[in-house]
Amino acid sequence: MTQPSATSGPTALRIVLAEDSVLLREGLVGLLTRYGHDVVAAVGDAPGLAAAVEDTGPDLVVTDVRMPPTHTDDGLRVAVTLRARRPELPILVLSQYVEQTYAAELLDTADGAGVGYLLKDRVGDVDDFADAVARVAGGGTVVDQEVIRQLLRRRSDPLERLTGREAEVLGLMAEGRSNAAIARALVVSEAAVTKHIGNILAKLDLPLDADDHRRVLAVLTFLRRSGSD
Amino acid sequence: MTGSRPTLTLPGPSPTTSGSAPVALTAALRPADGQGAATAWKALLRPPRRFLLSAWPWRALAYLASGSALGLATAIALFVVVMTGVVLSFFVIGLGVLVLVPLAGLVVAPIERRRLRLVDGDPIGDPHRPPPRPGPGAWLRHRYREAATWRELAATLLLGVLGIADMIGLSIAVTAVGLLLSAPLLVALDESSEGPIMFGGWHVDSVLESLPLVPMGLLLLVVIAYLVTAWAAGRGQLTRLLLAPREAESGERVVALTRSRARLVDAFQAERRRIERDLHDGAQQRLVALTVELGLARLDLPPDSDAARRVGHAHEQVKLALAELRELIRGIHPQVLTDRGLAPAVADVASRSSVQVTVEVEVARRLAPEIEAAAYFVVTEALANVERHSRASKAEVRGAITDGRLTVEVIDDGVGGADPALGSGLVGLADRVAVVDGVLTLVSPIGGPTLLRVEIPVR
Repeated sequence: MTQPSATSGPTALRIVLAEDSVLLREGLVGLLTRYGHDVVAAVGDAPGLAAAVEDTGPDLVVTDVRMPPTHTDDGLRVAVTLRARRPELPILVLSQYVEQTYAAELLDTADGAGVGYLLKDRVGDVDDFADAVARVAGGGTVVDQEVIRQLLRRRSDPLERLTGREAEVLGLMAEGRSNAAIARALVVSEAAVTKHIGNILAKLDLPLDADDHRRVLAVLTFLRRSGSD
Repeated sequence: MTGSRPTLTLPGPSPTTSGSAPVALTAALRPADGQGAATAWKALLRPPRRFLLSAWPWRALAYLASGSALGLATAIALFVVVMTGVVLSFFVIGLGVLVLVPLAGLVVAPIERRRLRLVDGDPIGDPHRPPPRPGPGAWLRHRYREAATWRELAATLLLGVLGIADMIGLSIAVTAVGLLLSAPLLVALDESSEGPIMFGGWHVDSVLESLPLVPMGLLLLVVIAYLVTAWAAGRGQLTRLLLAPREAESGERVVALTRSRARLVDAFQAERRRIERDLHDGAQQRLVALTVELGLARLDLPPDSDAARRVGHAHEQVKLALAELRELIRGIHPQVLTDRGLAPAVADVASRSSVQVTVEVEVARRLAPEIEAAAYFVVTEALANVERHSRASKAEVRGAITDGRLTVEVIDDGVGGADPALGSGLVGLADRVAVVDGVLTLVSPIGGPTLLRVEIPVR
């Protein structure tokens, strides 16, 4: 778990990083470099982010939400604009606060493929963070467990029928984990996980599908719907 | 009194913090009642019998008589003070005395305003405003600059002059009426031969001759009752003209109060945002950077070493600190409220509740920040109370803008019996809502349901 993935990591990514705190920006550059990625531009504000993406054409954007010039949700708005123009550009959004409202806005871009939305606290779990970076860059969807917890709490009618374990599995699924990863996290067998997932999809009236990724998207679509009603 | 609790209403300024100036002003502007006619003027227009038998002629008489006494006293006092000042003007103290003379109205005017109640049921307020700074110098300068001070001085001088005229007029009238009415008695008791009463060359020397004087006296009494009342009413009108606050003066005060309250709210709001920003830009970012450092440090340490365990422990502590800090900041001023306004912020706080909350907030447009914050924190507090005390399984938040009013309601299906006196949070919220001219209402009968409603006017 603590074994550095720098050597065994996936392909090196060309990353544009936007974060207004110099201290954290340097920390993130160090972290991403450590995992073998190439931070082609590290900027401190929203216009800088847009310009850097224009100039460098990165594989992935990692951005803070609250940045100059207005210090509100500038980063998020640039992310949404970038996604509208280039739906294939993966973007990982980091924030001090996760709000379902913002999650919904991000997931609405290009069906949530290649989008991540994480609480900044997660950055410190460096392996998990590196994993999330790779998954988003690969077109996956990563949503912070905090958002999922909010949404699960909110949408209680069909989800109420889930057992505690099933809810846990659903949360991990929505984070984009594979069956094997879920089994490891919950210390159960993969067969048990598969059974849980079957139950969840049945209880939520979602069609069974062999494709992990489409399954995650289906779950997210469901969560998004619950977030906007 | 049964076991059920009636509606509890927390109006604008809550009971514990009442006594704010606008309330007092409103009270002072309400006309007094219980006198039939509100002023001596109106009394004059009544049918003669009702007028003559009412208290008004006597009140008018009392008004003029007390005015005469006060006028005389004022004239003497002013004369003495001015003379003292002039005599002492060789010394500095004399000039000091003279400087104070124009402020004589400040002493006399309050008495005059109270005395006016005799002929005018509508009380008048104090036209003066508090000086902008403390200290006698500032007070003196402020009073000298106020128009009200000079109007009061005019009223005082007028009282001195007219008061003496009143005294002469009243003396003549009272003497004349008294003489006419008591003429037969005077004649009967008189022993001189020339007769006690003389009209020009006409001597009244027998009781019989004096009898017609009595009805004349009665007639004069009626005439004088009207004259005295009219004169007193006129004097009262003049006093009101000089001593009542001008529209601008009372209006200015209400505006000033509203402004200072608004400033207070703005300052409060700005301060919360500043704290939030400072924490976000400072402590939060540093802690996140620290978790990155610790996370990377863990990678460098042998997984089962003591050092790795210690770093791991520190890492967990930092994460807890971050989580606590995040909750703290959310309580101060939530980011989503600043960014997206009321509806998303309410949806967000509702999604964090352990009770199932349905949200129907139809407020698409942005409102003034202090209004959004007031409404938001009402919902936050209400939902916290639902979670803590109500034992509710479900709650609902509804919000809409109708007829220029924002209404937000939080309803739960819990046990009811919420008492604002027990939750200081609610009283604090009522104050906060009051500052944006809103009203907070709590209905919570024992057995439930509980409804908390906030209404705030919006432009």
